[in-house]
Amino acid sequence: MLQIKNLHASVEGKEILKGINLEVKAGEVHAIMGPNGSGKSTLSSVIAGKEEFDVTEGQVILQGEDLEDVSPEERSHKGIFLSFQYPVEIPGVSVTNFMKTAINEGRKARGLEDMPAKDMLKLIREKSEMLEIDRKFLSRSLNQGFSGGEKKRNEIFQMAMLEPKLAILDETDSGLDIDALRIVANGVNKLKSKDNAVILITHYQRLLDYIVPDFVHVLHNGKIVKSGGKELALELEEKGYDWIKNEAVV
Amino acid sequence: MAYTEEELKKELETKEYEYGFYTDIESDTFPIGLNEDIVRAISKKKNEPEWMTDWRIEAYRVWEKMEEPEWANVHYTKPDFQAISYYSAPKKNDPNKSLDDVDPELLEMYKKLGISVDEQKKLQNVAVDIVVDSVSVATTFKKTLGEKGIIFMPISEAIQEHPELVKKYMGSIVPTTDNFYAALNSAVFTDGSFCYIPKGVRCPMELSTYFRINQAGTGQFERTLVIADEGSYVSYLEGCTAPSRDENQLHAAVVELIALDDAEIKYSTVQNWFPGNKEGKGGVYNFVTKRALCEKNAKVSWTQVETGSAVTWKYPSCILKGDNSIGEFYSIAVTNNYQQADTGTKMIHLGKNTRSTIISKGISAGKSQNSYRGLVQINSRADNARNFSQCDSLLMGNECGAHTFPYIEAKNKTAQIEHEATTSKIGEDQIFYCNQRGIPTEKAIALIVNGFSKEVLNKLPMEFAVEAQKLLEISLEGSVG
Repeated sequence: MLQIKNLHASVEGKEILKGINLEVKAGEVHAIMGPNGSGKSTLSSVIAGKEEFDVTEGQVILQGEDLEDVSPEERSHKGIFLSFQYPVEIPGVSVTNFMKTAINEGRKARGLEDMPAKDMLKLIREKSEMLEIDRKFLSRSLNQGFSGGEKKRNEIFQMAMLEPKLAILDETDSGLDIDALRIVANGVNKLKSKDNAVILITHYQRLLDYIVPDFVHVLHNGKIVKSGGKELALELEEKGYDWIKNEAVV
Repeated sequence: MAYTEEELKKELETKEYEYGFYTDIESDTFPIGLNEDIVRAISKKKNEPEWMTDWRIEAYRVWEKMEEPEWANVHYTKPDFQAISYYSAPKKNDPNKSLDDVDPELLEMYKKLGISVDEQKKLQNVAVDIVVDSVSVATTFKKTLGEKGIIFMPISEAIQEHPELVKKYMGSIVPTTDNFYAALNSAVFTDGSFCYIPKGVRCPMELSTYFRINQAGTGQFERTLVIADEGSYVSYLEGCTAPSRDENQLHAAVVELIALDDAEIKYSTVQNWFPGNKEGKGGVYNFVTKRALCEKNAKVSWTQVETGSAVTWKYPSCILKGDNSIGEFYSIAVTNNYQQADTGTKMIHLGKNTRSTIISKGISAGKSQNSYRGLVQINSRADNARNFSQCDSLLMGNECGAHTFPYIEAKNKTAQIEHEATTSKIGEDQIFYCNQRGIPTEKAIALIVNGFSKEVLNKLPMEFAVEAQKLLEISLEGSVG
């Protein structure tokens, strides 16, 4: 599904990612953990193609295709989805209208006609029920006046609507109370299949109680310094990140 | 590609005016320059009665002594009024023509504008009175309207057929002495629309007029008069596009609305005059005087989507004379490249319990300057008057400007006046968010701009809202297709 080879990326001349190697296969869930400032969010932005970051070396390969010259919207059309840590507000644009536009742009890229309104409504109903989203919520302006939990739930709703091949959830657990976390995690688990993959970027182990990863990677100072199974997350929770940092130095 | 603001700006600058073409129609054009003889000649050409000629001459004499106003936040080379031809009519104009007889070149022009007469006819609910240059060439739905007693015709015909109405109301809201451009218009207007809705009649369709500047160097001076008699209702749509020209073209229209007791007028405008090229060369000067009078319990709503013109100077206003009357102003003004707009409204509260609402959305891109200028005046007799104003500005890039000049004059202690203003910017983060969901940058800008403008777009009649949305996209997107 996704291969990252010796990825180096910098912003305004400052190198943030310093040689990342990662392989994610279909059906897998990977967790990327690490202390603040280790480069977790940069990694997700680079995979999504944010141009603010310069890829100075290495490759991001999706299903065999090098993404170097692929625009963010094309990456989206190819099945990459990023659940943002801080979703932006777009006043006056309803959640429904935004999703309708996104879905139809994706269809246009695949040479399909717009989705008929009837099918669109059905899809919206189905996915919003799955995520226990109030219908009234969908007619509100995108992320405007949303609580932290509502914003994250809305991100997962969009993921459900777009059915990506590779979903990157950037700190989706932050700002969620325990009920919202359960709903969001249930949603992600329902969307998981043998054909798609999920990368969870998180600071805490908490989310991993609900979405169980196949692999856990620790990112520190722009590099993956340790990889392991789900038990690594528990170890981190117990010991903190300091021992990893020390180990990395050695 | 994800866009940095730098690239975004570049893309906006490269957007060319889509309607820049020139139709070669033989015109009957007056020599350039303005004096009493020209004014008389226009009047004669129109076969006008003496009272009309006298009215024009009086206006001309007033204009001669007036100075061009300079208080607006716009900078431009003043037009040379002696270098303009004040009359131009398409030839082959047969008063007995049917739509099928219209000059094929004209029809081609409408097609380019997406407003072909055929298309309009199919819309069924829109009666169109099209002004090309200065003479109306096509009128539809006259019969349906006639059955209700509604008069909808070129103002030149109204002067002949309904002199009593024209005489009574023309210049009653915007007197010839009102301002420099209104005086000029009064002297030299060649055509425009006239509309009268009889007592208690609800006009069954949206009335629509398309104005167009065609002949090089010909200013266009329309005159519009809408009278809604007691208890009547009318929704009037006005849309403008113009072909691209190198020299500046002057457009100085006057619109007068009269809403008698319990009447309601909705007046919607989509304005897309040529804005000049991306270096700021050329473009239409749009100096318009629009004013409405509201009698008891009457209501007037001005809705405007302004995307064109190099320089705009326009303040559709309401005189709330009657008790309980209501004035509304909903505006979207878009400026790009070197465009300058100074637009807003005046709400003059004279009657008791009068209410006014102002919603203004300014969108600036490129190196443009976009100003809102509004006056809310509560007179001493206007007990319990209320006003709510909201002025929002959206900026794209770092070189444009947004300005707000609200003037409030309250002479009655019971007045309630609220004013809200916001300024925001389309950010890279918003664009990237949309991109990540598969929405390309152009579409993302359109989405964000439409969201920003929604409160005003919602006030437009359905068929016009679609056109307005299209215009917003054309004005602000990068090269489409």
